[in-house]
Amino acid sequence: MTNVLQVHDLHFSYHDGRPALRGVSFAMCAGEKVALVGPNGAGKSTLMLHLNGILPDRPRDFVHGRGEVSVEEKRLTRDNLPVIRALVGLVFQNPDDQLFSPTVFEDVAFGPLHMGLPMKEVEARVESALEAVRMSGFRDRLSHHLSVGEKKRIAIATVLSMKPQILVLDEPSAGLDPRGRRTLINLLRELPITMLVSTHDMKLVQELFPRTIVMDEGQIVADGQTRDILENEELLTAHGLEKP
Amino acid sequence: MHFDAFDRYHETNSFVHRLDPRIKVAVTVAFILSNALLPDGAWIAFGLSWMLLLFANIFSNLGIAFTLKRSFVALPFALVAITVLFSIPGNPLASFHFLLWDLTISDTGFLRFVSILIRSWLSVQMAILLVATARFPDIIHALGHLRVPSILTTIIAFLYRYLFVLGDEVFRLMRAREARSAAAGRRSGRSVVWRANVAGHMAGQLFLRSYERSDRVYNAMLARGYAGHLETINPHELRRRDYITAALALLAILFLQLAGRL
Repeated sequence: MTNVLQVHDLHFSYHDGRPALRGVSFAMCAGEKVALVGPNGAGKSTLMLHLNGILPDRPRDFVHGRGEVSVEEKRLTRDNLPVIRALVGLVFQNPDDQLFSPTVFEDVAFGPLHMGLPMKEVEARVESALEAVRMSGFRDRLSHHLSVGEKKRIAIATVLSMKPQILVLDEPSAGLDPRGRRTLINLLRELPITMLVSTHDMKLVQELFPRTIVMDEGQIVADGQTRDILENEELLTAHGLEKP
Repeated sequence: MHFDAFDRYHETNSFVHRLDPRIKVAVTVAFILSNALLPDGAWIAFGLSWMLLLFANIFSNLGIAFTLKRSFVALPFALVAITVLFSIPGNPLASFHFLLWDLTISDTGFLRFVSILIRSWLSVQMAILLVATARFPDIIHALGHLRVPSILTTIIAFLYRYLFVLGDEVFRLMRAREARSAAAGRRSGRSVVWRANVAGHMAGQLFLRSYERSDRVYNAMLARGYAGHLETINPHELRRRDYITAALALLAILFLQLAGRL
């Protein structure tokens, strides 16, 4: 199988000089669902922002870092940023960071509209994206008055409507009540799409993801079958994680 | 990822930096007032005023042309004064036809226009120097000591504080838009009207979010006992150096006022 996503020796420091990524390399096959775990400040969110070229001011030369990100064998550069963004759907941790339009419909339609799709196609995509997250009745609601769980699902719909190859989610279950969390887990299980999900929710990891990547201090410290990693208590404690 | 594009404080150690902020605020206000009071065409006094400014630049260790380089941002505002060119009676210098009007520039009008330009240019530079040499909370504190009503200083302090929060919010909104600004084939980005529409909605969102957040912040402040004024922890102390500087600066201003009127 070919790799949908390939990250090679990625380094990155923030403006204050704090290194956030220190040589990250991994690859993902089509259809794979991978969990990304690690303590706060391990570099998970920074890595995710790199996957659709948000962080580097100038991705051509990775001003504050170096390395390579390739999606479907296309190397991420400044010139093909828009193409890469159509392939990688990034869902931010805080849905308030994701939703910026007055109504649900406009938010979900933004991606496809920006891609220049005809109105009919946009309508169809919005419908199917909302259906996929089971929010069909919400298209005319005001985004900022929804509950956290509803906002999360809308946030996922806003990238599903772009029909990405990879879905990248940053802590999707944070702040959800048990029912909202259950709905989200079922939703993630059913979505037939390659997925990289960062989380602190080890039960979610156990239930949903065959493969797990453990990050700490800007580096990947373990990458393998979830079963093996969750058995390795020494590894989990060393990196501030808990066995579910 | 914090938004600090507005902060104009320049960290160095200099005589002016070490002065008490109250002195700096008072001298700056006096300087601006003096500029406003100088009569039209008092060229010598304008020159002396400028020299005073240059000295302040030198003593703040920021380089003699520091404020000059930053002063041009304020120049467009001087255009407001352009009407005085035509509206003051005097001997005509030039006249021309503009759209529907016949405009005549008078010599007194011209003199006043140039004087206004110089006054505002000098005043803006001193204000730039003030915010470059005193931290913002210190300026607020100084204003409080100089009997500016606390409602005003509190509003200014909050404005300053939340400018950064708002900046962060704007930054996040724009990042979210950018993350989904994708292309499929060649036709992407859509029309200018559509993009303007999206930007308009984003501005609306920003207002709603700020409004709701201000409510939450105020509740959090009340929960911690806020009763209408902000306390400060850095006490300012006036030393001999401060008094001498203030006295010398005010004397210099008085002198150039006299020079402007002789």
